[in-house]
Amino acid sequence: MRIATAKESYAADEALFDTSTQRLWLALFVVACAVFPFVAGEYWLYMACLVAIHVISVTGLNIVTGFTGLVSLGQAAFMGIGAYTVAYAETRWGTPVFLNLVLAGFLTAAVGAFVGIPSLRVKGLYLAIATIAASFILHFVFANWDSVTSGVKGISVPPANILGVELGRPFSLYFLIVPIAFLAVFAAANLFRTRIGRAFIAIRDRDISAEVLGIPLLRFKLTSFALSSFYAGVAGGLWAYFFRVVTPESFPFVYSIFFLAAVIVGGMGSILGSILGAVFMTMVPEVLKIGVGVMSPFLTDAVALLSPVRTIVFGGLIIGFLIFEPHGLAEVWRRIRRFFHLWPFKT
Amino acid sequence: MSDFDWLFFLEVSLAGLGSGALLALTGLAFVLIYKATRVVNLAIGEMLMIGAYAFFSFTAGLGLPWWAAIPAALACGGLLGAVVERAVIRPMLGENAISVFMVTIGLGSVLVGAVELLWGAAPTQLPDFMGNAPVFLGPAYVSRKIVIGFAVAATVIALFLLAFRVSRGGVALRATATDQGAAYSCGIDVPRVFSLAWVLAGIAAAGAGVLVGAIGGISPAMGVFGLSALVVVIVGGLDSIAGALLGGILVGLIEAWAGTYLGGEYKMLTTFGLLIAVLMVRPYGLFGTVEIERL
Repeated sequence: MRIATAKESYAADEALFDTSTQRLWLALFVVACAVFPFVAGEYWLYMACLVAIHVISVTGLNIVTGFTGLVSLGQAAFMGIGAYTVAYAETRWGTPVFLNLVLAGFLTAAVGAFVGIPSLRVKGLYLAIATIAASFILHFVFANWDSVTSGVKGISVPPANILGVELGRPFSLYFLIVPIAFLAVFAAANLFRTRIGRAFIAIRDRDISAEVLGIPLLRFKLTSFALSSFYAGVAGGLWAYFFRVVTPESFPFVYSIFFLAAVIVGGMGSILGSILGAVFMTMVPEVLKIGVGVMSPFLTDAVALLSPVRTIVFGGLIIGFLIFEPHGLAEVWRRIRRFFHLWPFKT
Repeated sequence: MSDFDWLFFLEVSLAGLGSGALLALTGLAFVLIYKATRVVNLAIGEMLMIGAYAFFSFTAGLGLPWWAAIPAALACGGLLGAVVERAVIRPMLGENAISVFMVTIGLGSVLVGAVELLWGAAPTQLPDFMGNAPVFLGPAYVSRKIVIGFAVAATVIALFLLAFRVSRGGVALRATATDQGAAYSCGIDVPRVFSLAWVLAGIAAAGAGVLVGAIGGISPAMGVFGLSALVVVIVGGLDSIAGALLGGILVGLIEAWAGTYLGGEYKMLTTFGLLIAVLMVRPYGLFGTVEIERL
């Protein structure tokens, strides 16, 4: 049972973290994240970096899908733009890492806003289908604009280099990727305490009402697309530094579905949900891999089963969460928290 | 352009018409589901794939002759439609359209995984049951498979249209599509109509799958055909059967022309370019009902 959390000022009520318990846990989490690379092995650092990249991208997708109510199935293609921008800038111009990432973000934001233009005429499912089309067209551009993207061969990216320190291993990249992920998540959480974020939520809940309230729909919808794509672009840029080779096949349509699945599994319209969803969806294939490892002495072709089983589990998770837990892991988390808050009185 | 090869153009167009008929058949399955249940079924390509693989099992696996295997494959398709409707779509009734749409994406993923698990990931050929002798329409050469595919698809579509006009189930389906509440109060068992629509769509998809598989071979990736079908129904209008037919022919022709004159990689580009153009100019397609929203 938690007591004495009465809020005495508007500032306290609006605070991002409103209880001291929350702040304590957050501080512990930050410390844990800072200590993590020094205790964890290479594999776990690799996974942590990948999770952080996915967290950024999923948070971005949640801004447009979960908070603005515009379904986008182009997130992977947007990440591709970011990755190609970084790859191009790094190989042709050799510009600094942070400049590349920001450039990737802004370029992707511009493309994202452009892709969002059909939202002028259509919404809902039609918009989702328009983003599918956009993602296939972008894939075509990646594969065929040889002078910039080197076609199907792709581009090899040299390791990121900050002030003479080469970030080649997951250990050093961790210190680049994870802080950016933190920054991105905090920015997103704060966004929904501002006028712009509130406008997004109003549009999601009822766009006509929002317009009546004086929110220019097109401008805010495009802003939402641009913001979400900015996140995707930065995530894609980090992806390029992380995997160090960018090809058109790096960002298939399934990857977009993966991000949307992560938003659903985590919880639409919840920042915490974006984090949980990204972590969960990234770790599930790894758990399956471990499961296959356990099974391999008993099953002759367990390794061959991995890919189909992964596809089935992936689809099953989407269906299962939508039917049984439509608010996602964030809601599960809330229930657990509530249980502890009310503990001796209501179980 | 005096040296433009009209005969070749005609042949390409005929091939396009053939694949257009298959697209129209798939589009019909899609429209059936959308009309009755308002579900945008992105798993239609995967349902088609299951039909093709079922046919493959019955012929190559069990050694059935093709005239026995086709009804069996269609039955499998219908069963799949019924199971999907019952297990996945029914619980989602009344949820917002986007959630249901996402459920069908998940369903597609499950079906692809199931096919890889049961039949392996390698592409295969369906046993040949149509013969290979070329067909000449006037001077133009057309592949025999495409002619048969076109004929079958056209017949099936005509049968479906007839069934909608005259049969009891067809009328119930149209009534449900027009006004669910009114259909209920006329004594139509709306949940059964939903099942019926999914079963019929499953059958149509399985039939299209057998034809597509016979022409292009089968693989776990053949569900991509469903994306072209999606373009077809968007162009034609999500709830218009006539639109699916016209859209199918249109997309089939455009894909054939783009694939021949621009190169295979431009096929997807032109298809989706067409999709975006239609969405911008006529968001509800050529014949779709314009949805009017009121506060």
